[in-house]
Amino acid sequence: MSAATTATAPLLRVSGLQKLFPVRKGFLKRTVGHVRAVDGVGFHIDEGETLGLVGESGCGKTTTARCILRAIDPTGGEIFMRLADGSVVDLGTLRESELRPLRREMQMIFQDPFTSLNPRMTLLDLVGEPLLVHGMKSRREREERVADLLRRVGLRPEYMRRFPHAFSGGERQRIGIARALALQPRLVVADEPVSALDVSVQAQILNLLFDLQEEFRLTYLFVAHDLSVVRYISNRVAVMYVGRIVELGETEELFTSPKHPYTAALLSAVPEPDPRVRGKRIVLQGEVANPASPPSGCYFHPRCPHAIEVCRTQTPVFQEISPGHLVGCHRARELTLAGVE
Amino acid sequence: MAGEPLLSVRNLHTYFAQDEGTVKAVDGVNLEMNVRATLGIVGESGCGKSVTARSILRIVDRPGRIVDGEIWFRRPTADGGAGDRAVDLAKLAPNSEEMRSIRGAEIALIFQEPMSSFSPVHSIGNQIIEAILLHQDVDRRGAHDKAIDMLRRVGVSSPEQRVDQLSHQLSGGLRQRAMIAMALSCSPTLLIADEPTTALDVTTQTQILELMRQLQQEDGMAIMLITHDLGVIAEMATDVAVMYLGRVVEQAPVDAIFHAPKHPYTRALLRSIPRMRSRSRERLTPIAGSVPHPYDRPVGCPFHPRCPDFMPGTCDRQTPNPRTVGELHTVSCFLYE
Repeated sequence: MSAATTATAPLLRVSGLQKLFPVRKGFLKRTVGHVRAVDGVGFHIDEGETLGLVGESGCGKTTTARCILRAIDPTGGEIFMRLADGSVVDLGTLRESELRPLRREMQMIFQDPFTSLNPRMTLLDLVGEPLLVHGMKSRREREERVADLLRRVGLRPEYMRRFPHAFSGGERQRIGIARALALQPRLVVADEPVSALDVSVQAQILNLLFDLQEEFRLTYLFVAHDLSVVRYISNRVAVMYVGRIVELGETEELFTSPKHPYTAALLSAVPEPDPRVRGKRIVLQGEVANPASPPSGCYFHPRCPHAIEVCRTQTPVFQEISPGHLVGCHRARELTLAGVE
Repeated sequence: MAGEPLLSVRNLHTYFAQDEGTVKAVDGVNLEMNVRATLGIVGESGCGKSVTARSILRIVDRPGRIVDGEIWFRRPTADGGAGDRAVDLAKLAPNSEEMRSIRGAEIALIFQEPMSSFSPVHSIGNQIIEAILLHQDVDRRGAHDKAIDMLRRVGVSSPEQRVDQLSHQLSGGLRQRAMIAMALSCSPTLLIADEPTTALDVTTQTQILELMRQLQQEDGMAIMLITHDLGVIAEMATDVAVMYLGRVVEQAPVDAIFHAPKHPYTRALLRSIPRMRSRSRERLTPIAGSVPHPYDRPVGCPFHPRCPDFMPGTCDRQTPNPRTVGELHTVSCFLYE
């Protein structure tokens, strides 16, 4: 079990989160509809925990992450965060000026270490910039702090006057992590932090994220499409499909006994690096539904091998079927689906 | 001759001469591929797997050049079987008539990024028709029908309408299907697939891999599958070549690569990847360091700075040559010399 049993409120609690993007057409750019990128997403993350958010491209996982950080403004819903002083605020309704002092508590690690670092800034400037913005005016103090941060992420402090182009992809990702950690955040949103890296380097960065979490009691929202990476890093996992969470549960339980047919299909689709366990894949028909005109009922029904009449007409309720395991499927209780062994 | 390989790459060197120095993208690659086999080529960025494929097709971009080596390809007979006339593609001029009759017809290529591999201003149908007209003796109407047939075979629904669409009107999965339709329209004996599913979602990847397997069973072509994903390799390949910094460090049947790997790089790579079956929050064993910069190639065995079995005085001085260590299993490592 995760730390859900502790008496304090979760670090982050999201409910009914919604983000609609208008679809405009014609000369007058009239709004003719909405892309329901995120449509009623809710979850919580306890302090020191990692929640993995998985799904295929366009499912709204990145939009969810960006809404939480208020990099974009959500259309609706609540984003409660427990601050260092114990008070709880709704990030979704704060104004930019009220939000600014809170930004140091939540930071982001980006996917692409090649485009997310300014090539004209040295490591000292890149990692020291957030310190400067948040009031550390003394250059010497900043240098000391940057040197310390670089050591923590496994880079040599002597390199702080170099530019990012001198570093490999894995090293750049370490720089990005050092920058995110500069202000000692409590919530770190990592959006596909290893998917642009070479296979042999992924493990280094994953282990680093793991160690930093233990050391600083960080809370991670880990957005990724690679399920084996998500299994490695997460305490709990939420699976998204067309703007909604369809299943959420403890990592082990979700991977070994999935309750939503989409989760089962996703799990079976990941090719295992072992030629002796080939085959027996669930091959889904068709493609991911268009979030601008989703199908009726359950959004997954046109591709679902287990769909029945009710799936076509009624939206399933996202509900708890065992402690901590939530599923949005009409047939969650009757189906027996295979997970990974 | 049945026992002869379809494709045999011997000591291939493809270099890119640039102002900053020469990038030895492919630096002594040896590969053998049999008829109907699926050879997986696995390696990280900069290992030369794509340049190897492009060298075979003679479409290496300037300033890249094949500076040494041979690429023996057995050309098919008129009835479609692999003939006994082999040509050294490395000796042909890239634009020669013979190379053009091979490229796209006998050896076809599908790319990673289907968005940028189609022309945005011509319908996908016209692009497939063009390929058919170039290599086959049919008129435009026949080519049009054949294009629709091919689109249907690769699982594109209502191909009569899709044939007139532009590539940006299709989803990623459909574009990759159209790409495969174009590649297979001339019944190649060798299909080179360069990261064919890397840009796709995992459920779409399953569909495309399934499709490739099915088409291979029907058409009997050999597939060279280039990817960094060991899962895809395990799923598809009959044989595997592991590349590192321009060289094949190990080649073996797929089961041996995954269950009896010999080269320290292959072993380390297999240990470092997170697996679906491992328990959550279990530590991984990473490979130390990172892939060196191409201008900064280590002397001796290219893997020695990261190798757990590094032997000073040997690995950093000499370059290991491929040794046979088992049936169809070769390794380039001093541990086995």
